Amino acid sequence: MYEFEFARPETVADALQALGEEDAQALGGGQTLIPTLKQRLAMPTTLVSLGGIAEIKGVCQTDDGKLAIGGGTTHADVAAGASAYPALAALAGQIGDPAVRNRGTIGGSLANNDPAACYPAAALASGATIVTNAREIAADDYFQGMFTTALEEGEIITEVRFPVPEAANYQKFLQPASRFAMVGVFVAKFADGVRVAVTGASEEGVFRWTEAEAALSANFSADAITGLSVAEDGMIGDIHGTKAYRAHLVGVMTKRAVTAAG
Amino acid sequence: MTKVSMTVNGRPMSGEVEGRTLLVSFLRDQQGLTGTHVGCDTSQCGACVVHVDGKAVKSCTMLALEAEGAEVATIEGQAAPDGTLNAIQAAFQEHHGLQCGFCTPGMVMSAAALLKENPKPSEGEIRHYLEGNLCRCTGYHNIVKAIMAASGQDVTSIAAE
Repeated sequence: MYEFEFARPETVADALQALGEEDAQALGGGQTLIPTLKQRLAMPTTLVSLGGIAEIKGVCQTDDGKLAIGGGTTHADVAAGASAYPALAALAGQIGDPAVRNRGTIGGSLANNDPAACYPAAALASGATIVTNAREIAADDYFQGMFTTALEEGEIITEVRFPVPEAANYQKFLQPASRFAMVGVFVAKFADGVRVAVTGASEEGVFRWTEAEAALSANFSADAITGLSVAEDGMIGDIHGTKAYRAHLVGVMTKRAVTAAG
Repeated sequence: MTKVSMTVNGRPMSGEVEGRTLLVSFLRDQQGLTGTHVGCDTSQCGACVVHVDGKAVKSCTMLALEAEGAEVATIEGQAAPDGTLNAIQAAFQEHHGLQCGFCTPGMVMSAAALLKENPKPSEGEIRHYLEGNLCRCTGYHNIVKAIMAASGQDVTSIAAE
């Protein structure tokens, strides 16, 4: 790692001030950023830990029935505390391994927007709202391609609000070495329609499979998407799986998710 | 350099560290607690697992300054002061839950975290929980057996594979 100054503010206001310094960088749980720093792929002058900010931690229900999760909440705390949204709790409990889940945070995952991360699929399929220190961003506007989001420099995710669907499920085809999703599909059935979000598959990062959404909104069963497929073009192809393989997995994992959601 | 203070195995410890000093470096290089191992240094292998405020974490992927004021537990604090092994350590010895021993500190600390949240885990639950702890000797079978035994469960049901 290159040298950096370290700050551990206790309030969002102090964190914003620290992030105002040139080349300052926010640190969530560090489960991606610390390995990145070790490889000298990033060179912040100041690392601003968000780990000491109590006001952005925890899970609660809002008055209008949504599940609100603080941006600094660890995966382990979401797995244990999001019982009002079982599919989301289950997703959090499958990220990485237990020690990683005790450090990694939902805000950190969404801010990084790794193309194979799990949370982006949940946020996009749920139609979640990403709340920052400055504004509220709809998930549909938030994800803007691999490692790219609508966040401005120095903006902090303080909360993520999830509408709770009638039925939902996340199916993850594990890349066994990294434990990221080779392909992960989150299906969420709401009163006004079904949303399907796919992670791990596309070079553009998480995306909605709108063709499947239309079919499933008309008939919520695995049979409804038989015959549908995503284009190989634009899928990730690497040593772990070809573009065609990932495109195929999208259909398979969607069917499994629909069946498991009931 | 910044001063960092924490409680390690019940004893207050402090030192001067850089922002980039990892928790595992603080423990090993500054405090001489070399029981915690660095295996992969990429948060895959789990040899560096310690507890921070009661939770298992990979100390190679946490900055020392993030542990300011925390209660840290390492392998050195697991046995009684007179050297008597705790139940997990004794079971690892009894069931030969180690070969070269490099992964063992992390395995024992992960097992301790597991048994705290799930005192009677099934074989499947143990294997799942150890996803982030790699044994290069591939000695998983006896490790699982040892954790079953440490939790007071019958190990004869675990057939040799």
